[in-house]
Parts: sequence; C-alpha cells; structure tokens
Amino acid sequence: MHEYSIVQALVDRVEREARARKATAVHRLSVRIGELAGVEAELLASAYDICRAGSLCAGAELAIESVPARWACPGCGREVPAGEVLRCPVCRSPARLVSGDEIILDRIEMEVA
Amino acid sequence: MCDTCGCGDPEIVAVEVHDKILAGNERTAAHNREHFVERGLVAINLMGSPGAGKTAVLEATARAFAGRRRLGAVAGDLATDHDAARLREAGIPATSISTGSACHLDAEMVHRALHDFPWRGLDYLFIENVGNLVCPAVYDLGQAANVVALSVTEGEDKPLKYPVMFRKADLVLLTKVDLLPHLDVRVEAIEDALARVMPRPLLFKMSARTGAGLSSWLDWLEAGRPAAAPPGLQGTMA
Repeated sequence: MHEYSIVQALVDRVEREARARKATAVHRLSVRIGELAGVEAELLASAYDICRAGSLCAGAELAIESVPARWACPGCGREVPAGEVLRCPVCRSPARLVSGDEIILDRIEMEVA
Repeated sequence: MCDTCGCGDPEIVAVEVHDKILAGNERTAAHNREHFVERGLVAINLMGSPGAGKTAVLEATARAFAGRRRLGAVAGDLATDHDAARLREAGIPATSISTGSACHLDAEMVHRALHDFPWRGLDYLFIENVGNLVCPAVYDLGQAANVVALSVTEGEDKPLKYPVMFRKADLVLLTKVDLLPHLDVRVEAIEDALARVMPRPLLFKMSARTGAGLSSWLDWLEAGRPAAAPPGLQGTMA
C-alpha cells in the first residue's frame, strides 16, 4: 500500500510550505486524485490520519477531490468512453488521457500569526 | 496578526500550490534518467504480479542475447536476495533492493542501489520491480520504458482489473504461453481487455521455458537502443 508514502510526501511538502511562511497551524489541505492515478481516496484518508499526528497538519482537514478518467482523440477531440477500446471511433487514433491521472496538492489553508 | 482591524486574531491564508505530491520522486527519476541517457543505457522497469515470470524473462533474455549485449539488473524484493541470485547465475550482474514492507520501488531506492553497482558500461539495465500490479505503476524510476509481464494463468480480464498498471505499460509480455494448451484462456480476450486500458496496445506472446516468442522481445529491445555512435567517436564515450 503506497498511500502511506504519498501521504508522507504530502505532509513533508505542507510542512515546508507552512514553515516558509511562518505558519503556526494548518487548517485544510485540498488535493486532487485522478481515477487512474492508482491512489485510493479512502486509503489515502486513513493513511493521512496516522501520518499527520505530531506534524503541523495535526489539526488539518484533508479535502480530496476525485477526478474521473476522461479519454479523448488527440486529433478531433472526440471523447472515448471509459471501458471502450481506446481508439477514436472516427479516425482510429489511439486515445489520450485528458484527465484522471492527477496526484496533486492544490491548496493549503494555514494560520499565520 | 490580522492587519485589517488590528484585532490580534491569527490570519488564515490560502496558499495555492497546484503541484504533484510526488514531485520529489519525479525529480530523482529525472536525475536517474539523465544519467542513463548520458551513458547510452536503456533502462527497463519490469513490473508484474508475483509469479508472473519477471525473473524468468530476464534469465531467458540473457540466454538469448548470449553475451552480445551487456545486461545488468536491480531486483526489488521484499525480503530476500533470491531473484538477484538467480539473475547472477544466469550471467546478469545483479543487485537486490530489499524494500522491507514497501510494495514498490521508488526513484530514490534505485538511485541508492546504483551507487554500489557497476551500471555505467551496460547496454540494458533491467529494474525488476516488486511483484505487485498496483503500487509500482505510480512511481517513475527514470526508466526508458515500462514493461509488464502478464502470465497466461492470471486470467483474461487482468488488464481490466488493473487499468492503472496497463495504461502505464509500453509493452506487455504475455508469459508462459507454453501452458496455453492446458488452459481455457483465450489470448484474444486478453488482447481485447488490453485495448480497453492501454491506448497503444503492444503484446508479445512468449515462453521463457521454451524460448518461443523471444525474438520479438529482443528486436524490441534492440530498437530501443540509442543510435550507435560512429566508430571514430567510440573511444571518447568512456
């Protein structure tokens, strides 16, 4: 289960940003996780509950936004529905993943004295 | 301190980051990749379930190359040195990365392992990942290509069950095809499943035991090599 290692990288990053701004506490983290990122939101949340103890994130809520996978033709932009063969139904080009592989830290809300 | 009214309450600020959480791993992976490219080495991240035949593929690869290319390997293993030992026996210089309980390799583990491993003169470095179809797909190691070993005994719908792994694959090796006569597995069903998760599906059927299908894999590896330096330049590459 790699969610722990992802949460560790997340908490480290947030602590660095918070310290650089001399924040005294972090209130909320907003992350975006794609459907095809290989990260389970529930596992991420439980890993976060363990890893945040004793860090600047101890009291910070973790808001996870899930991003559905979207495939489209790189040529004509036509969407290829998930579960279908990943080729444009018209020109047969291999589809490209437009969104859905994100593992992104978007925003940190922190308390600055 | 709140500057607006001077009330003394702490101020809440929202810092916009919009950065990859694994940016640190990606930096290390980029560093590894730079080294590999600089040395003209092709690094392959070989992934697959436990028992898919990753080590056997590499043993067969060494036999088939028969010394024509310099191969090396780092093998991620939870607790033992068995895979690396098998590879060394097959003539591939190999070292283990013991991951303890970690279910995947990351770029830093590979980087550290290479500090003590003579990788610089190699044509191919195989990074045999931990047997797992989930976690290894998430971490870039600096490889030139991702190869997934999928054995015929794993079920026709495996790609549909692990879309993250197969989406990241540049090539799938369908291993143990010598067992097909004994199974009810249809290769077309595996190919169809793959086409629904891998936008440029590429699958080679092979058997490490009989050597069947190895030539396509070797040709693919050869095609991935950087263009050979002209003879006059070779001496300056060291």
